[in-house]
Formats: sequence, structure tokens, C-alpha cells
Amino acid sequence: MSFQEKLLDSFIAFEQDVDLLNPIHSQRKNALKRFEETGFPTKNEESWKYTSLKSILQKNYSLYPSSNSNIELKDVKEYFLHDMDSFKIVFIDGVYSPFLSKTTHDGMDICVLSAALSKTKYNSRIKKYFNKIVPKNESLASLNTSYTKEGAYIFIPENTSPEDPIQIMHFSTGNQKSLWLQPRNLIIVNEGSRVEIIERHQSLKDHSVVTNSLTEIYAEKNSFVDFYKIQNDLHTASLIDNTFISQQRDSNVSVHTFSFGGKLTRNNLNFYHQGENINSTLKGITILESNQHVDHNTLVNHAHPNCESHQDYKGIFSDRSVGVFNGKIIVDKIAQKTNAFQQNNNILIDNKSKVNTKPQLEIFADDVKCSHGCTVGQLDREALFYLKSRGIPDKEAKALLTYAFANNVLESVRIPNLKKRINRLIANKLGVNLGFDL
Amino acid sequence: MLEINNLHCKVEGKSILKGINLKINKGEIHAIMGPNGSGKSTLANVISGHEDYEITEGSIYFKGKEINEFSPEERAHEGVFMSFQYPVEIPGVTVTNFIKTAINESRKSKGLDEMPSGEMLKKIREKAALLEIDSNFLSRSLNEGFSGGEKKRNEIFQMAMMEPELAVLDETDSGLDIDALKIVANGVMKCSNDDNSVLVITHYQRLLDYIVPDFVHVVMDGKVVKSGDKDLAKKIEEIGYDWLKKDKS
Repeated sequence: MSFQEKLLDSFIAFEQDVDLLNPIHSQRKNALKRFEETGFPTKNEESWKYTSLKSILQKNYSLYPSSNSNIELKDVKEYFLHDMDSFKIVFIDGVYSPFLSKTTHDGMDICVLSAALSKTKYNSRIKKYFNKIVPKNESLASLNTSYTKEGAYIFIPENTSPEDPIQIMHFSTGNQKSLWLQPRNLIIVNEGSRVEIIERHQSLKDHSVVTNSLTEIYAEKNSFVDFYKIQNDLHTASLIDNTFISQQRDSNVSVHTFSFGGKLTRNNLNFYHQGENINSTLKGITILESNQHVDHNTLVNHAHPNCESHQDYKGIFSDRSVGVFNGKIIVDKIAQKTNAFQQNNNILIDNKSKVNTKPQLEIFADDVKCSHGCTVGQLDREALFYLKSRGIPDKEAKALLTYAFANNVLESVRIPNLKKRINRLIANKLGVNLGFDL
Repeated sequence: MLEINNLHCKVEGKSILKGINLKINKGEIHAIMGPNGSGKSTLANVISGHEDYEITEGSIYFKGKEINEFSPEERAHEGVFMSFQYPVEIPGVTVTNFIKTAINESRKSKGLDEMPSGEMLKKIREKAALLEIDSNFLSRSLNEGFSGGEKKRNEIFQMAMMEPELAVLDETDSGLDIDALKIVANGVMKCSNDDNSVLVITHYQRLLDYIVPDFVHVVMDGKVVKSGDKDLAKKIEEIGYDWLKKDKS
């Protein structure tokens, strides 16, 4: 039995576990039907031309964690950014861990989706938002929808701003040899509110884990959302991240994606504009080695006038690693005075590493400013000579240049602690200790 | 200190240096002049160990050791410093952090511990004052958005911090107005002593009014065609290089 067949067959067992009367259940069933029709994407599809899921679909993944884990705070503490006081939603092998989390219903909801689905007081909100911006033709999104059960649920009411960043952490223990996880997050940020969210997927030991995650973010009028994705998982873990963002007028949403780890990572990041004067920022730093593969697949749909989008992705590739950037910008006819910028710059450290970069601009309005640029190059030899002539050894000199190359992506990280952490991850990744926090 | 014998060098297959001989003793200041394309900057790059420059014949001795095969960082650790004509911008790394890294890497190569931060700070303050650099400047990203003058001043600041035994200054005067030139030259002279040497590479004599050389060499077509004292530089300023060409023929 193929893994795809297993997913279809296991749905009956999954249904034993969820409330079949919940209105979203028909959406689950419809989504499963769509997944059954299309199956997993293959390289024949334009947007999957350079990324094959074949290698990760060979295994017979378990869809359920085996038993309760004994993970304690000390096992995972290093992955948290702030002390235990800030809000955290923590999952172990896909199961919510109340013990490691700090949630609230006081003035805002920072909790889990299963709770939001089961309580009637959330019904109208779930009905209004759940699965509303998820494209029906994306089979991995459909697969996630069909198995919707657990994930983070964040509702920030009007004019409210939590002080610290909210952390969504997914740990996998390795108690099972191979595990398939499908967290489902729903984030609603109401008018005039501001929130910072950090999300991380982390295996605690080597094992085959694939996460097919889906996050919906609704940024209402004049809201401000900063979302940071830290992808620094072990080399046995793969991630398919589907993030769909709906922005109302005057809202400002930025997503930073730091991809340093993992075996295969695919980031589907889609922005949909629902009003005027919107600002969208998509930034990323990718640093890969060995056989790692990261694919950034972005879409910004400018559907209203006077909006801006800024994309800036930097990639540094060593060994046989592969990077893909596929950035699509659509400017509808009505979306006059759009400013849309896209930049993807890459450095190949070894001649066996590879980058496929493809900007796609579809512009139907006539009064817009759009620009895109992509480069694939190597570290500048003159710059390297400059650093080495100052007594800085080859490895450290390359690390400094790499850091300088990626630096402007870090400039927009608004959480100082996070910036420090990312700097340290970059230094680790480059195998250097420069004696100062970059 | 530095002894260059019959040095031939190729860049991308093209012969640039065609038998340079040069000897610089401890405590001496030498200047190299020459028209565009004569090989002046190539010589600076070869001394510092640029990997694109291939030595095909001859040798470079530094403090009695042949350094032909030394990497740029090894030469730096030995005490060679080059002030660049076009310093590189390093966004996100401050001047202070950069110089700390450079100094500590050199110390590491000698088996020394990192310089204590108090000592480092004191030294940075002292050398910054020498070049009239204020503290805001030190926390800016290295060379990013620096004016031409700031870049050159920063180069000499790095030189002052690293205290090399041989400083090679490649066109340090280019892009400087007279006030900046004076500050930079003054910095070099204050660092110069009986135990170190300076090699100034320049187009123009005006820098040599402030960094006064003991010897002046003229390089043309990859060779030293004439050596003399500081009066040679003045003569060139007045009548150019043509007479040397005629001399040669």
C-alpha cells in the first residue's frame, strides 16, 4: 500500500477521534476528496518542477504518535526564545502539551485549535475564518484540511497587543521511526492590534518526520503582524509549510523565514490583499549544506490599489545542497499604484550546489512599479582577499562575507533577542566562532 | 625586512611584473611611482599574497623567510599589512568588531590568548584619536556608506591597530582632499619607527610631501627602471615619465 493510499484509508479511523457533527467536518471530507483526485504533487506541475517529494514519500509513516512522551522542560528549553513567562503553544509529536505551554483566554485567545473547534462560543468565528483563504487546488493544503484536528489558535481582539512574541513550537521525539504530522494553525489579528509570532519545528533526535503544516493568518484593518519561521531542524526531518495570509486595508504583515536545517523544506507562502494601503514583506535567509533542499514558493496577489509588497530572499549553498525560489506576483487590473519588489540573491560555495530561481510577474494594471532581480554568484574574491589580508583565516573570512551578504534581511527583524539567536545560528551553521555576537 | 629578487608575475595569463628587484630595510620608507598599468598595484597585491597573481619566477623574502607560497592571512600574521585602494564594504559588521577579529586571529596564530577587552578598548581609543576618528564611526558597519576619505582613514586606523612590520599603502592618497591627506599621512608617520618599514605606492608626488620617503623607485613595464631619493619624485612631478622611457631605449 502506498503512503497516499494509507492516508485515504486511515481517514475512517481518524473520524473516530473527531466530532463528526462539527460544521468543519464536511470541509474535511471535501478536502479529502480533492486530495484523492489529485494526489501528491509531482514534478510535472509547474510549481513543483524543481522539488520532488518522491524521496520522502517512500516510507510508511505513522499518522499517530505512539504514546505519551516524557519530554521535560530541560529537554527543550534551549529552543525557546524568551523565559517561561511569555505565551507558548507547544506540541509534542503533534499532541498539545499543556505542561510546556502557557496559554490564555484573558482578553485574547492564545490556545489550541481543538479547543476552539469544540466550544460553541467559538463557532461563529470558526465559521467566518476557517479554511476561507486556502486554495482548493493545492493538494497538500487539502490533505492538511482533511486531517484538521490540532494546532495553534490565536485570536487577538481589537486594539490589543501582547507584550512578548508568541511562540508556537512543534517538537518530535523520535519515539517512532517515522512520523507524519499535520498541524493546523488559525491566527486572527483584529483591527488595530499588533502581534509577533515565532514558529519552530524541531526533532529532538534523528528520525524520519515529515510535517505538512498549514497556517491561516487573518490580518484585519490596520493590524500589524510579524511572523518568524525558524527552520533549523535535524537533517532527518522534512517540512512542507503552507502559509496563507489575508490582509485587510492598512494592515502590515511580514514573514521572515530562516532556513538552515532539515532534509527537504518547501515553503508555500501566499499573500492575498483585501483592501487598500496594505504592506506585505517576505524575507528569507537560506543557508544549506550536504544534500539539503529548500524551496521557497511565494505568491503575492495585489488585488487593490495603493499596496506595497517587498520580497528579499538570500541563499547560500554548499556541498550538494539545492535551493529553489519561485516568486509569483500578480497585479490585478484594478490594483493601480501598486509597488511590488522582489529580490532573490544566491551564492554557490561549491560547484556541486545548485539554485533554481524563477520570478513570475503577471501585471494587468498599467500604473504600477514592479521590479524583480535574481542573481546566482560566488563570494567576491577581492572581498575575500581583503579580509584575509587582515589575518582572518579562510573559513572565518567566508563566514563574515556570507553574513554581510545576508545582513539586510536581518535588519528588519524587530525582536533583538531573536536577531541574536539567528546570528548565533548562522555562525554555528558556518562553523565559526568570531569572538563577538554578529 | 623585505627583499624581492627578480620577481616575475602573471595575472590571467598576462605577464605584469618582469623582474622586479627591491630591498627594504628596517626603519625605511620606500615609495614606488609609475604610470598607469606599470605594475605598481600588482606588486602590492603580490606582496600581500593575492591568489589571482601567479609568481612565475623570482622570490619574495620577508624577515629572511621566503613567503612566495604563504597565504594572505599567513603573511598578515607575519606582519605584512596592505592598505587597499578600494576597501570592501562589510554590512552588519562594525569597525570595532572587525578589528577585534583581525587582531585576535593574528594573536591566535601566534598561540596567544585574545586581547583582554579593556586593553583592546584602550588601544582602539588611542589609535582612533590619532586619525581623528570619533566613536560613532567605530560602531558603523565596516566601510558601508563611507566616503572615500573615511575609507582611507579607516585603512590607516586598521594599520595602526595591527602594528605591522611592513605596511604597503596602495594609492592611499587617491580620492583624498588635502585635509584628509594630511590626517592620513600624519597617522602613517606617527606609526613609523626604526623597527618597521613602509612601502608607499602612488601616482603623485604630493603624498610624499607628508610621508617622506628614504628611497623612490620608478616602475615601468613591470621593472624598476630608476631608483633615487625624494628628489626623484619631485623631478617626475615636474617632467613626467617620458625621459625615463628614452633613458631605457
